[in-house]
Amino acid sequence: MTLAEDMGYTTADGRKIGGVVMEMKNITLRFGGVVAIKDISFDIREGEIRAIIGPNGAGKSSMLNVISGFYVPQDGEVLFHGKKRPQMKPFEVAQQGIARTFQNIALFEGMSVLDNVMTGRLTHMNSSIWSQALWKGKAEREEVENREICERIIDFLEIQSIRKTPVARLPYGLKKRVELARALASEPKLLLLDEPMAGMNVEEKEDMSRFILDVNDEFGTTIALIEHDMGVVMDLSDRVVVMDYGKKIGDGTPDEVRNNQAVIDAYLGVSHD
Amino acid sequence: MARDTMGGNTLTNASTATGGLASVPALLRRNAKSFGARPAYREKEFGIWQTWTWSQTNDRVEHLALGLMSLGLVKGDFVAIIGHNRPHLYSAMVAIQMAGGVPVPLYQDAVAEEMAYVLNHCGARFVIANDQEQVDKVLEVQDQLPDFEQMIYLDSRGLRKYDHTRLHNYDTVITLGKDAGNDLRSELKSREDSLEYDDTCVMLYTSGTTGKPKGVVLSNRNIIETARASSEFDNLRNDEEVLAYLPMAWVGDFIFSIGQAYWAGFCVNCPESETTLGTDLREIGPTYYFAPPRVFETQLTNVMIRMEDASKFKKRLFDYFMDHARRVGPAILDGKPVGGLDRLKYALGELMIYGPLKNTLGFSNVRVGYTAGEAIGPEIFDFYRSLGINLKQLYGQTEASVFITQQPDGEVRGDTVGVPSPGVEVRIGDNGEVYYRSPGTFVEYYKNPESTADTKDPEGWVATGDAGFFEETTGHLRIIDRAKDVGKLATGGMFAPKYVENKLKFYPNILEAVVFGSGRETCVAFINIDLSAVGNWAERNNIAYSSYQELAGHPRVLGMIQEHVEEVNASVAEDDMLSGCQVHRFLVLHKELDADDGELTRTRKVRRKIIGEKFEDLVNALYDGSPEIYTETEVTYEDGRKGKISATLEIRDAKTYPSVSAMAAQ
Repeated sequence: MTLAEDMGYTTADGRKIGGVVMEMKNITLRFGGVVAIKDISFDIREGEIRAIIGPNGAGKSSMLNVISGFYVPQDGEVLFHGKKRPQMKPFEVAQQGIARTFQNIALFEGMSVLDNVMTGRLTHMNSSIWSQALWKGKAEREEVENREICERIIDFLEIQSIRKTPVARLPYGLKKRVELARALASEPKLLLLDEPMAGMNVEEKEDMSRFILDVNDEFGTTIALIEHDMGVVMDLSDRVVVMDYGKKIGDGTPDEVRNNQAVIDAYLGVSHD
Repeated sequence: MARDTMGGNTLTNASTATGGLASVPALLRRNAKSFGARPAYREKEFGIWQTWTWSQTNDRVEHLALGLMSLGLVKGDFVAIIGHNRPHLYSAMVAIQMAGGVPVPLYQDAVAEEMAYVLNHCGARFVIANDQEQVDKVLEVQDQLPDFEQMIYLDSRGLRKYDHTRLHNYDTVITLGKDAGNDLRSELKSREDSLEYDDTCVMLYTSGTTGKPKGVVLSNRNIIETARASSEFDNLRNDEEVLAYLPMAWVGDFIFSIGQAYWAGFCVNCPESETTLGTDLREIGPTYYFAPPRVFETQLTNVMIRMEDASKFKKRLFDYFMDHARRVGPAILDGKPVGGLDRLKYALGELMIYGPLKNTLGFSNVRVGYTAGEAIGPEIFDFYRSLGINLKQLYGQTEASVFITQQPDGEVRGDTVGVPSPGVEVRIGDNGEVYYRSPGTFVEYYKNPESTADTKDPEGWVATGDAGFFEETTGHLRIIDRAKDVGKLATGGMFAPKYVENKLKFYPNILEAVVFGSGRETCVAFINIDLSAVGNWAERNNIAYSSYQELAGHPRVLGMIQEHVEEVNASVAEDDMLSGCQVHRFLVLHKELDADDGELTRTRKVRRKIIGEKFEDLVNALYDGSPEIYTETEVTYEDGRKGKISATLEIRDAKTYPSVSAMAAQ
């Protein structure tokens, strides 16, 4: 499949994929002497599920952190909706409509599921601190509106039964789902998932895959995900970037990537002499 | 022995006893007119209980009926309904009737193949499904369904990309109905007016412990007469609250959530999801509650497990007051004389233990509670009654529109199923089988005249298939077992497996038991452990295990189960007639019996014959005296894939006791 510039394409299952949302141009990221990412370019298009895969230490998480704006690459530029993105604080990134989940769950353990999900709405609240303290007028209205949005997400992810449960008491698989709920609560345009299936059993993986597909389908959210499990990635994503030792070794549809010799070598291993 | 509580006058005229209300839509119209602002349905959605009043329900049902008609529903069409309890689906049932169709609710957890049989058998042209899961199942088998034309779904999630030539969103159909022209409206009116008392109200497929499911046709007369009589029996009013959580395809849910709810005009509450049931029950606080024994068992097990983990002081307080409640609670509930001091102590217990416990369980407001379907353990039954919950037993069948016998207030006991319900005649056949005749007696099995004739004789007497007898002194019916399961041992003694299985199942550690022995010298048993109870026990006793299979095969678990089996043997030995049914050898199964593997029915009743055939090697091993047996079993996962599990099972001998009469003879 060739990608005509800014024209988008149609997936195998008939979904229309739009123009470029985010473009990575010749990104290089160094930590001191270590080169984590070496001259990588690729783009993420509107409405697609874009996966970044690679063996351990390939630089996937670093790449996601570059996309999220947490790391600033030494070379290259990140274009968001065609404009070069300046260095931003995390909350500014969130305000731009980018949300993420973490490889190691980063929820507020002592708070209930509902409260955790509500924190995802923070960027959408703008009543004054006084109004919120007195719980009058705008603050109350906002809370009700935001609660409704959160409840829809809770319903969507089928976590009604743990709505009031403190996160610390939940099993791992459910925590991952709560994290997704919180990310969705901010109504992101671009959702970044850092190993959403890590450490899950087959059933949990199937559930999570279903939710990722449904999010994409139902809300039209663009999703970029990092994943270890090849099977899951191939089933879920529209296009895949493959990284190894900080370099891009493949980019294309799951089928193209699966038949790419460099990718096969990276995963199955070849002698390096 | 024949009993006739109605003096033979069983066929009541619609125009007198039920005020000319000859169909469920007629009841809906009456309710909307006389108390339209009262709640008819509630459903928790997005964390809030949403209410629909009777007049809103009336409008919605009418719009849906019009919508269905504009999609082409004609009089006499069968419409399948697949989903969990939701106000929209209940409304759909009534709307189908209003438009002249026949609703056929299906078990939502049935696999696609099972659904294909039922959909084909009734020739459903329309299907109303809850969500993608159910839509997928029907689409999967649509090639086998020549009559199937259109499907309506409630939850659009994941269905956007589906081909919508035969699929419709529920809301679109409602809009279609709202915009319907006058022609259609007058057509609906004439169809609604033409509904007769003897027209089909609903068709329910019995899950069937043997063979293919049968479609039980119930008429408006069956449903409305039964709803009227049973509502009067327990004085149900329009301010009752019920929680609808049992399968919509089950006759009980149809009677409680449609029959009685429409007759008495009370509110049906639908839980948010299956997993939030406990919370929803507590929030609603039903006044009228039904649950199969299993639900009460699970709840009691949970309470006991949590009490084990409570602090010493709380545990002692709980034990002390529960002892007292067991002693005087049931008597206080029945209004029998109880001493002043005991009453005072009970009141104190209510304040400190019973009240808060009932509140936690969601039973604070229960005025009438029923259990049926299986025998309930005496300890379990007494536990709830001693807390002051008016839990009663009833005995019923799909073919009877539920009610055959039930226990009146003040005459409640664990081992009987009560007296014949109002309007029901009951007699015991020569072979001990229970027969009944009532206004609720089903019309026929759909497209199955042979089975109809086998079950219902020309005079309207229906064979229940259960063996039982009336107690001389009280007039209460006692059920022993399924008539066809009652057999003979090779020794000539009576073999009643259910009787022994129930005794075994009363132990919290035992989830399910299957006893074999028909035509043999001795009885043997398969046991299924209850993972939550035994798991908790293992935790407290520092027994490590990694899987169900490992726990089930643990020597200490086997030892514990052996103790239970031997206690049951001692108790069985006390009954002269059944003392031959003592379990000589048993094993603990390596997998939980499951409806997906065909071992249980969808209502979780044991399919003895299928289990016997499937695990033939195990049964043989139990009889040939071998100390252990290696076995491989095919299992079906929830998504339909199949796998194999293998295990070596230890077989244990249990101590048996001489019967009481044999002891006396010595």
